[in-house]
Amino acid sequence: MSDNKWNITLKIHRQKEDQPPYFQEFHLEVDPDEYVLDAVERVWAFMDRTLCFRHACHHSTCGACGMRVNNVEKLTCITPIRAVTQDGGVIKVEPLRNFPVVSDLVVDMSNLYARMEMVGAKAVLPVTQAEIERPPATWPADAEQYLRLTDCIECGLCISACPSAATSPSYLGPAVLAAAQTVGLTAETLPIIDSEDGLWRCHSAFECTAVCPSAVDPARRIMNLRQQVVRQRLSSLLKKS
Amino acid sequence: MNEKSNLPAPRKFLSWFNPVGRQTGGWAFILNRITALGLTLFLYIHLLVLGKLAQGPNAYDSFVRLTHQPLFIFGELLVVAAAFLHGLNGVRIVLTTFGISVPYQKQFFYALMTLAIIAIVIFGYHMFTS
Repeated sequence: MSDNKWNITLKIHRQKEDQPPYFQEFHLEVDPDEYVLDAVERVWAFMDRTLCFRHACHHSTCGACGMRVNNVEKLTCITPIRAVTQDGGVIKVEPLRNFPVVSDLVVDMSNLYARMEMVGAKAVLPVTQAEIERPPATWPADAEQYLRLTDCIECGLCISACPSAATSPSYLGPAVLAAAQTVGLTAETLPIIDSEDGLWRCHSAFECTAVCPSAVDPARRIMNLRQQVVRQRLSSLLKKS
Repeated sequence: MNEKSNLPAPRKFLSWFNPVGRQTGGWAFILNRITALGLTLFLYIHLLVLGKLAQGPNAYDSFVRLTHQPLFIFGELLVVAAAFLHGLNGVRIVLTTFGISVPYQKQFFYALMTLAIIAIVIFGYHMFTS
């Protein structure tokens, strides 16, 4: 933290019940090394207790605090104020796109969770299956019993940023396809994935990977799924002939 | 609940063209759509112009004389530009779709667009000077 203080304006999307959405401005003095979520919390704590937003862990593990900050999807708990505005500047905070707004900055993500379940997404995987930067040359014999949290924190940023998801309500979305790639294709999941609303709906905008705060790299996983599906189709064609 | 404006819907296709908050891959996505629409529009204009042939050689020749005007040459250059931008970006999409150079898609985009701009400048030079 620095001794330097900034005066900023937080322009927050407000929306309750059937009322039309609008932006409300809050003027705050902040430490530029604080995070956007800290500023939103301060508005709730000292200025307006009716402000609704989601958060929990404050360290990018729970995926609850995903919002749009100055038009870009961010995990607000790890987005420094310094990175998105300047002294005297404005930070526009909006809910994620492509999810129903429940209230203010809170969106209903139940559809995402249901789809994750549909493709068999797992919260943990054996450490040997994890994509880690420097895996050991050989794993210990008992390594399979050790589990590691999967990288995806189900924050929904990728679905909010995806232009294909904006126009196709039934599109599974990057997070779901990435989860399918992580757990592997099965006979049950293949028809869901290899479909119009599955991996062929992706139009390669790579926005999912650009906003992902957790190194899931959904775009790469979608492209990898395509390779797998094409390989499977070709081998089944060859078997038939 | 007033939630409809935030929900995905086919009518929101205009959001495809909104560059605000988009990053390199998103700009490439927008560019591909704009150039695709431009090329499709050109195809229809081209067919209309060819329809002049049905009105006899004089009608066609007088239209062709009109196309020597700088404004028409500029229009033709736009078609050439769209073809290069769309075609080269398309190569990038095909390759990345099948796993080739996915981690380098941004650099790939910049390299191909540089190539496209060079080609457009060369074509433009020849079109306006010959």
